[in-house]
Amino acid sequence: MSDSAAGSAQKPSSSVKLVLLGEAAVGKSSLVLRFVNNDFQENKEPTIGAAFLTQKCPLPTRTIKFEIWDTAGQERFASLAPMYYRNAQAALVVYDLTKPSSLVKAKHWVAELQRQASPGIVIALVGNKLDLANDGSGASGGIATATENGVPGPETDGDTSEARNEEQESATSDARKISTREARGYAEEEGLLFFETSAKTGVNVVEVFTAIANAIPETSLKGTRGGGAGAGQSALGAGRSGDDSRVNLGDRNAAAARDGCAC
Amino acid sequence: MDEIAPEYDVVVLGTGLTECVLSGVLSVKGYKVLHIDRNDHYGGEAASVNIETLFRKYTHVRPGEEPWKKYGRVNDWSIDLIPKLLMANGELTNILVSTKVTTYLDFRQIAGSYVQQGNGPRATVAKVPSDAGEALRSSLMGLFEKRRAKRFLEWVGDFKDDDPATHQGLNMAACTMKEVYDKFGLEASTRDFVGHSMALYQSDDYITTLGVAKETVNRIRLYVNSMARYGKSPYIYPLYGLGELPQGFARLSAIHGGTYMLNASIDEVLYEDGKVSGIKATMKERDEASDVMKFTTKAKKIIADPSYFPKKVKITGYVLRAICILKHPIEKTDGNDSLQLIIPQSQVGRKHDIYIAMVSAAHNVCPKGYYVAIVSTIAETNTNHHLELQQGFERLGEIEEKFMGPPIPLYAPIDSGVKDNIFISKSYDATSHFETTTDDVRDIYQRAEGEELVVEGLREGQTLVSEGTQ
Repeated sequence: MSDSAAGSAQKPSSSVKLVLLGEAAVGKSSLVLRFVNNDFQENKEPTIGAAFLTQKCPLPTRTIKFEIWDTAGQERFASLAPMYYRNAQAALVVYDLTKPSSLVKAKHWVAELQRQASPGIVIALVGNKLDLANDGSGASGGIATATENGVPGPETDGDTSEARNEEQESATSDARKISTREARGYAEEEGLLFFETSAKTGVNVVEVFTAIANAIPETSLKGTRGGGAGAGQSALGAGRSGDDSRVNLGDRNAAAARDGCAC
Repeated sequence: MDEIAPEYDVVVLGTGLTECVLSGVLSVKGYKVLHIDRNDHYGGEAASVNIETLFRKYTHVRPGEEPWKKYGRVNDWSIDLIPKLLMANGELTNILVSTKVTTYLDFRQIAGSYVQQGNGPRATVAKVPSDAGEALRSSLMGLFEKRRAKRFLEWVGDFKDDDPATHQGLNMAACTMKEVYDKFGLEASTRDFVGHSMALYQSDDYITTLGVAKETVNRIRLYVNSMARYGKSPYIYPLYGLGELPQGFARLSAIHGGTYMLNASIDEVLYEDGKVSGIKATMKERDEASDVMKFTTKAKKIIADPSYFPKKVKITGYVLRAICILKHPIEKTDGNDSLQLIIPQSQVGRKHDIYIAMVSAAHNVCPKGYYVAIVSTIAETNTNHHLELQQGFERLGEIEEKFMGPPIPLYAPIDSGVKDNIFISKSYDATSHFETTTDDVRDIYQRAEGEELVVEGLREGQTLVSEGTQ
C-alpha cells in the first residue's frame, strides 16, 4: 500500500466515511480485512476491535481515504447508535449469498439507511461468500470495468488467479441460495451498486471499494472527516487556529506543549 | 437466545454518559459487559432529541397537529435535554483522549463565556476576564479594582498545591476563601464573578467554608487553563449535541466486546445472600420483524442510573430547566453563535445562580438562523418556578418556543453499593460542566472495583486489529 500512497502524493486526497451493515456472520469484517490488510481469517470471532480502519483508494485524479466503521456488534439487538450513520458518505450492505434471510436483513438495512443517513449516500449491496458458489467468478455489477481502467488496487494479480483456481475446485458443492439475478434486480430498483464477492479469496473486494470511490460525487468530498467548515486537520491541530473554532482533541499533547499554561 | 451469555461480569442499566463511560472502561479492561436501556435510544435523561420528540415530550400535541413542521427538517435538530459543556482541560476531555473516543467525535469551541452584573434592563453583560491582561480591559471593574484583580489572577496562575512559597503566607489547607479575597482586597462584585463564573460555584457557601480555598483556587486554575487552550472560552462542545458523548463511549464498549441492547426492560433483579446474582429482562418488540425476547442471565455486579432502582435512591434537590428556541443571538454577547452566560445569585436576589447555555447551527444542533438556549437554576421555591427563571428569560429577548416541565428531581444513591453489588450513579446536576459527572464516574469505579480509576494509557498494549492505521 505504501507504494500507491506515495505515488498519489500529488493528487488531492479526500476522506470518506464508509459504514458496514448486514446480518451477523455474513463477512462484513472479513471484507474490510481483505481490503485493508489483504488478509483473511477462517472462523473469525464476532467483531471485536476492528472498529475504525482506514484504507486509501487511489483513483486517476484523486485519492479517496476510506474511514471504515464496523458495527462493533451493536446491530445484533437493533442497538446501532445514530452516530454510526452520521455523515456517512458510503455504505456497504452485505449479505451472505448462501443464506436467504441475510438478504431480507440487507433490504431492511437499505431502508434504514434511506431513512436515517445523509441523502446523497452511496450504497453498495454486496453478496459475500462467493467462494461457496460454483460460478465462482461471480457478478461484478456497478462499475465492472474498474480494474480495466488501470486503477491499482491493494491486491496483486497472483492472489486473484490463485483464488479462482480454488473456486473451480470447489465447484461441485454449490451452496448458493440467492441468484445473482434476484439480488441485482433489487439493487437496480433501489439504485444501489451491486457486487458478489469473496472475502476468503479476494474476488471483487477491491472492485467494490473502487466502484464506491468512483460513485461518490466530487462535490460532496471534503478534506477531512465531517469537515463542513472546510478547514484542514493540520490547521486544527494548532489549537488556536484563527477564526475556526473547531478543536482537535486528538492532537492534545502537541497543543498543550505549544500553548503551555497561560496563567 | 444464544447470543446472550449465561453470565456477565457487569450488567449496566441506562445509557447516560456516566454509565457509558463506565461500560467502556470496564470492557476495555476485559470485563464481560451487558449494557441495557429501557428506551429505544442512547443517552437516557441526557439524550439529545429532535424537535418533534421535544414537542411530544413537553407539550400536549393534539392528533393531526404538527407544531414542529415550521422548524424545518425534524432531524436537523439535536437538542440537549440537559445543558452542559466540556471544560477544555477538564476530566471528561482527559477521559475522551485517553480512551480515544475522540476518534468518533468532532468538537468545536463555545464562542464566549459571559457574566451578568446588576439586573433588569440596565444589567451589564460582559466577558469573563480569564487572565491578567483581560482583567485590565474588563468593563466589570473600576480602575483600581482591575489592578487588584490582575494581581489576584497572577497569583492564581503561579499557585502550586505543594509549594507553600506560592501561597502568599496563607494557610491554604485551613483558611477560607474570604481570607484569600480579603488578602487581595477584592470587591464584592469581583468576588462574585470570580467565584461564580470562574470557580463555577452555584451559591456563596464556598466563601466561608473552611478548607475550600485551595479547591477554589484549583477550580479557577482549571477555568483559566481551559480558556488558554483554544482561546475563545474555556468550553468545548461536540458537534450534533451532547448525546454523541454516551454514543461514543458505548461504541468503545462495543468494540471491546460489550453487548448492547436498547428497548429492553428489566423484569426482575435476582439476589443471592443479599448480593445481586442476575437479571430477568425482556427485549421489546420494535417492529413486526423482531420478536419479544425474554431472557435471564447471571451478573456479578450491576451499575445503573437512579431510575432503575427507585427504592435505593434519595432526592437531593430539584433543578429547573427551560429549553428555549430563538431566532437571534443573545443581546450584549457580541453576536456569538454559542456561549455560557452566568447570572450570579446575588445579582438577582437568589441563593443559586441562573445559567444560560446557548448553542446553534455552528454546532450542528439546529438549522441555520436558530439558536437553542437552555436556562436553568436550582429550585428555591415550591411554586412559581417560571418566575425563578425570569431573569434568565429576560436576557434571551424574544423566544420562539419555550419547553419547560415540572422541577426535575436530582437523585443520589442511599448506599455505596458495596453490600449488594449494585452501584448507582447520581443524576446530572445543575452545574454547567461535566466535572461532577466524571467525579461520579471515578467514585462508582472506586466503589465497584475497590481501586482508583486510571484512564491514562488505558488502551495502550491492546491487541486491536490495526485500529486507525495509516
